[in-house]
Amino acid sequence: MNALLLSAILGVMMMFSSVLISQKSAARTIAIAGMLLLLIANIMDMQGIHFFRINTEGMMHFDRFALLFNSIAIFSILLYFILSSKDMEKVGGYYSEYFSLIFFILCGIILVTSFKSLLILFLGIEIISIPLYILTGAEKKNLRSNEASLKYFLLGAFSTGLMLMGIALIYGATATFNTTQLTVSEKPGVLMITGMILLLFSMSFKVSAAPFHFWTPDVYDGAPTVFTAFMATIVKVGVFIGFIRLFDESFGMLKPQWQIWVALITAATLFIGNITAVFQQSVKRMLAYSSIAQAGFMLLAVYAMNSEAKEGLLLYSAAYCLATIGIFSVLIKMTDYTFDAFNGLAKKEPIVAATLAIFLLSLAGIPLTVGFMAKFYMLEAAIATGKHLWLVIFAVLMAAVSVYYYFRVIQAMYFKDGQPNPMQISPSFKWTLVVLAGLIVLLGIFPNLLLNWFYF
Amino acid sequence: MIAVLLILIPLLAGLISFFLKSERAARSWALFSSLAALAVAIIAVTANGNESNLAFRADWMGALNSSFSIRMDGLGKLLCLLNAVAFPIIFLGTWHTQYTKAANFFGLMLLTQAGMMGVFLAMDALLFYFFWELALIPAYFLCSQWGGPKRIQVTFKFFIYTFIGSLLMLVGLLYIYYHTPDRSFDIKSFYAIQHHITGNEQTWLFWLLFVAFAIKMPIFPFHTWQPDTYEQAPTSTTMVLSGVMVKMGVFGLLRWLIPVLPAASWAWGDTVSWMAVIGMLYASLIAIRQDDLKRLVAYSSIAHIGLMCVTVFSVNEIGMQGVIIQMFNHGVNIIGLWIVVELIERQFGTRKISELGGIAQKAPAMAILFVVIALANIALPLTNAFVGEFLMFTGIFNSAVTKYNVWFTVLAGLCIILAAVYTLNMIRKVFYGNTVERTANAIDIGLMEKLALGIIVVLIFWIGIYSQPFFAISDTVSADITNSILNKQEVLPVIKK
Repeated sequence: MNALLLSAILGVMMMFSSVLISQKSAARTIAIAGMLLLLIANIMDMQGIHFFRINTEGMMHFDRFALLFNSIAIFSILLYFILSSKDMEKVGGYYSEYFSLIFFILCGIILVTSFKSLLILFLGIEIISIPLYILTGAEKKNLRSNEASLKYFLLGAFSTGLMLMGIALIYGATATFNTTQLTVSEKPGVLMITGMILLLFSMSFKVSAAPFHFWTPDVYDGAPTVFTAFMATIVKVGVFIGFIRLFDESFGMLKPQWQIWVALITAATLFIGNITAVFQQSVKRMLAYSSIAQAGFMLLAVYAMNSEAKEGLLLYSAAYCLATIGIFSVLIKMTDYTFDAFNGLAKKEPIVAATLAIFLLSLAGIPLTVGFMAKFYMLEAAIATGKHLWLVIFAVLMAAVSVYYYFRVIQAMYFKDGQPNPMQISPSFKWTLVVLAGLIVLLGIFPNLLLNWFYF
Repeated sequence: MIAVLLILIPLLAGLISFFLKSERAARSWALFSSLAALAVAIIAVTANGNESNLAFRADWMGALNSSFSIRMDGLGKLLCLLNAVAFPIIFLGTWHTQYTKAANFFGLMLLTQAGMMGVFLAMDALLFYFFWELALIPAYFLCSQWGGPKRIQVTFKFFIYTFIGSLLMLVGLLYIYYHTPDRSFDIKSFYAIQHHITGNEQTWLFWLLFVAFAIKMPIFPFHTWQPDTYEQAPTSTTMVLSGVMVKMGVFGLLRWLIPVLPAASWAWGDTVSWMAVIGMLYASLIAIRQDDLKRLVAYSSIAHIGLMCVTVFSVNEIGMQGVIIQMFNHGVNIIGLWIVVELIERQFGTRKISELGGIAQKAPAMAILFVVIALANIALPLTNAFVGEFLMFTGIFNSAVTKYNVWFTVLAGLCIILAAVYTLNMIRKVFYGNTVERTANAIDIGLMEKLALGIIVVLIFWIGIYSQPFFAISDTVSADITNSILNKQEVLPVIKK
């Protein structure tokens, strides 16, 4: 609750601050300080200190799972601001508005992670989506950015339509929006099943699971890189939390009905994401497909739907956000997004290259990085279900494929010669990267540092 | 605590090495720290009756029931000793080889050593998996950065190959973990798993784990990464890969496969043995036709490891004893061969047998030391490999679990003869005969190289003549592993039929 209201207030504040403050560094400072404040407020919420007393019964429920994820999300945005907010200046002239949109998106994420009513879920998804359409098209004079924005808007509106349809059908079947009261019988009617399938499809669309992923590469590629970093990471995992919540609370009893569907979607997502990423020539586009591939792994949590899966999804979201934000922050500094642009980076910028290597190793799931522990939890959760073991074996084979494209960047940086031309890299940027890499390794050895928060 | 030191010394030394400035400092530091690790290993191995020092346990991931649990048993002792002996010899033998960015090179070498130590010591499946992967990462960087012209593609093939294997193993380990009664990664729980899963589950778990180990060893048909990688890797890394790292595969069979899934190991033993025997013959025949010294040694290594695999699956106490001692012997001997290959390549700029000849006339010390090591490679009596291979053949021949024991003995024996063919042929062409243009002005090896090869020769004769101390280290373990299959109530009646 704390974070939700504060972030809405901060969003409005940032929106009006552009009238009063013209200095860009001031806007940046306010945004970073605001995010820090949100983090503190959210952690206080976890400790039982609530700033606001508002009755949200039947609408929202701020449980441990949601609050911990919100902390991860806020922390990731904080890091993202520190690393990349300077690069937002290059996108266009509305600097502080970008921050305010991100604050609004955070509101949406908080709604999506803690909804108790399908209406709130819908509201949250919309609050996330509309600012994202704007951010995607923020580079007004760039045709590709415009195209991406339009494409995203049309397809996003379509999937929102599906979602509303699904919610309406479910309401027709049960006469309630409350997630915990939806399924009463093990033998649901046609309305209920159709509604559930529609919700499954629209959520799959939002997390870019195959075969609903077609918008992802174009939108991620066309959007300004600095915003791709945001929407590919924090937004995506936020929607995932909503996804797992929806299927756990609302459709938990219908698991036999949807599990095989989710298994098929997972397999398709893993396959398409990984195999297509192999053939990309641009690192940015590769990361877009990699985000589909990683979504495939996160879908394993939805498929398994047990206590390991929930823990694992939290860890996975942290692992994925930290590493991907790091990689994007370096990518933004490059003048050219091809793999060859990274040739010889290790000689020119050894610290940046070393940290980038750790981020990539983490995404590939090599032990000693949090990416491994995240994948480990996912596999464990999927094995714990005790059936469809082919899915687990398929997932690890696809993880092996992912090594191919992640290591191409490492190979370029370390083993090939070249003259990379990164833009100015400040010492503070480097140190933030080092801290981020240290965090990834630390969580890779002691994942309980994060997961203990789930219980205590 | 001693066991922890074995991991900690190379780990910290490796990390420190990255910050050293001059090449000379890095080189000396690497030698010094590897000697320190060797000293600790010798203390650990000779510490009889003081076993409490050799185990360490600390909480790690409480929620998953996995702990940082390491212990040195007989098998671990011998392999840790091999690991500790190998690195000083490698550093001495390649003392005069130049590396760009030497600090990084030696740092990564030491990290590899730390990873392998962990593999040999881990008594917790998750920890084992961690170290298994950690040994691989620095090796990947070593090969890709300092290797030959085709290094990037070749090393990548190697990495993907082993990574697929490891991931399949991870699935297997997780499945076992999930079915242990107390949900634990502890090795004791793993050893008890056979009572909680069906035979069918054992079968495919066996293959999930076996593929990882088979790729590492490598066993036919999973060997295709190996000759290329050995050829392209910098020779000192090849020494690590073939001397120590392939032993991780055999070690995996002995500790994490046979005792965990005895029924499946027994049921599929013959299949695996046939694969290994085919690989041995195939590799030996190819080795005869090789012109490149590195590829020749690489193929001979496939043949030797294949023999170990056959012996492991013939499950016989004498054979197990032979495998364990032969892992040590093979590691030492093959490092000796690589050192000479490296010296030849550095001096003459080629590894092609057809472009060399008559080196013995100019470099007698190198020739004598090399011939001794080469003879050990073909298991002549008085050398260490004879002891190991004799025991292994006895084990295969007397095996109670396979009905093809005579076949395996004969076919594997054939490979020993083929080994003599290619090894002696190589010695003849490279060291004897008339000098050619390249070798006309050959100079003999220096003190450092003499020292490295000398240590290997001493070890060869020591184990070849008086191997009792080495057997004493590992005899209880080989009995335990054998009994893990042979004592099974459900297996024994079937075997006796």
